Amino acid sequence: MIVVIDYNLGNIKSVFRGFEKIGAPVKISSSASDIDRSDGMVLPGVGAFRKAMENLESLGLTDKIKKNIFSGKPYLGICLGLQVLFSSSCEHGETAGLNIIKGKVKKFGSGVKIPHMGWNNVRYKEKTTIFNGVESGSYFYFDHSYYVEPSEETVCATTVYGNEFTSAVVRNNIYGVQFHPEKSGEKGLKMLKNFSEICLPKE
Amino acid sequence: MLTKRIIPCLDIKDGRVVKGIEFKNLRDAGDPVEAGKRYSEEGADELVFLDINASAENRKSTVDLVSRVAASVFIPFTVGGGISEIEDIKNILRAGADKVSINTAAFENPDLIKESSEEFGVQCIVCAIDARKKEEGKWEVYLRGGRQATGTDAVEWARKAADLGAGEILLTSMDADGTEDGYDIELTKAVAEAVNVPVIASGGAGNLKHLSDVIKFGKADAVLAASIFHFKQHSIKEAKLYLQKEGIPVRF
Repeated sequence: MIVVIDYNLGNIKSVFRGFEKIGAPVKISSSASDIDRSDGMVLPGVGAFRKAMENLESLGLTDKIKKNIFSGKPYLGICLGLQVLFSSSCEHGETAGLNIIKGKVKKFGSGVKIPHMGWNNVRYKEKTTIFNGVESGSYFYFDHSYYVEPSEETVCATTVYGNEFTSAVVRNNIYGVQFHPEKSGEKGLKMLKNFSEICLPKE
Repeated sequence: MLTKRIIPCLDIKDGRVVKGIEFKNLRDAGDPVEAGKRYSEEGADELVFLDINASAENRKSTVDLVSRVAASVFIPFTVGGGISEIEDIKNILRAGADKVSINTAAFENPDLIKESSEEFGVQCIVCAIDARKKEEGKWEVYLRGGRQATGTDAVEWARKAADLGAGEILLTSMDADGTEDGYDIELTKAVAEAVNVPVIASGGAGNLKHLSDVIKFGKADAVLAASIFHFKQHSIKEAKLYLQKEGIPVRF
């Protein structure tokens, strides 16, 4: 079962429905035992960084998620769920993240409208499982004011908005996307399908 | 490259999609769940749902309907109409909306924009503005579905709303709405140049040229339309092919 982690922020149902649509066993939960029992974790995306970290902490999930990631369980972070993997964010003042991937979360600079909102191309460097069946350059839906800047080698895909920024990271069992696969039509659903097959490999 | 968005709008009254002229004379335009599913599958870039007779009493049925529409929509989904407090926003987002559009309540209580954007992120707070032309180069903000004038300049209010944390402006020209004579390009341009957040042009789409004109000349980031899609005058695909031919980046 894939657990969509509920931390009392925004729209988590879309992600849940995305997995339902592709026929993956999925559950929304904030319980530590569900996370332990799951085959994969998804941390979805809408909200503010500091609030997200506060909520994860107050639900007692920070260490639980880390422990499960370190045990090798597949993790998919979407938007904010990608950003919290990083060392820190400058959103509403400097806030520490989970520090699983070294790097910072930064705000887009001048010269572009903020948020970066709408459909943009995602180009990957080399194909990884999560992009199976999705050609490089495909359009995905973005809606964010902050982007991640890894200081270690994890960049999987990039997007251009003013400058080029990291729109997907992959490291072992950790997958993070800045865009919203659950809101990106067929191609997004394909990525959720890929993730579910990583979590629950076919015999 | 970031594309320009085509956004069909579902105006909802008593559980049905309706369409009016200059905010009046409503006619039935179908079932919202079916319409949402169709647009999502046809390649619309986003879907907007506006509860046009929202009230405290029907709040619960709106949330239920949002939930049913969201179940088959795999594109961004914005919900507006009668949202007046943080709790409303939370309920709508939890029902499956990605963004909420706030109109009257944001104007009367600008702190709502600040508080909600801090809580949920600026990316899901849309400030809807209904504006009517007052004189050359000036537009006035109206509230309560266009029934109440405010005396406030629309460009000024848009700027303030964006500063407070609105992540997007949904700008409706009351003069153009439902006329199918084209968007108010000057209004759209004035607002789009005044704010650093995306602006959705709304009101007046009657043909595909209207869509490209407001993007090219009005500097809109997205176009909202209802009649031309609801009554199947044009498909989303036709609209995109047209925009592409006009040199506007679109997503297929």
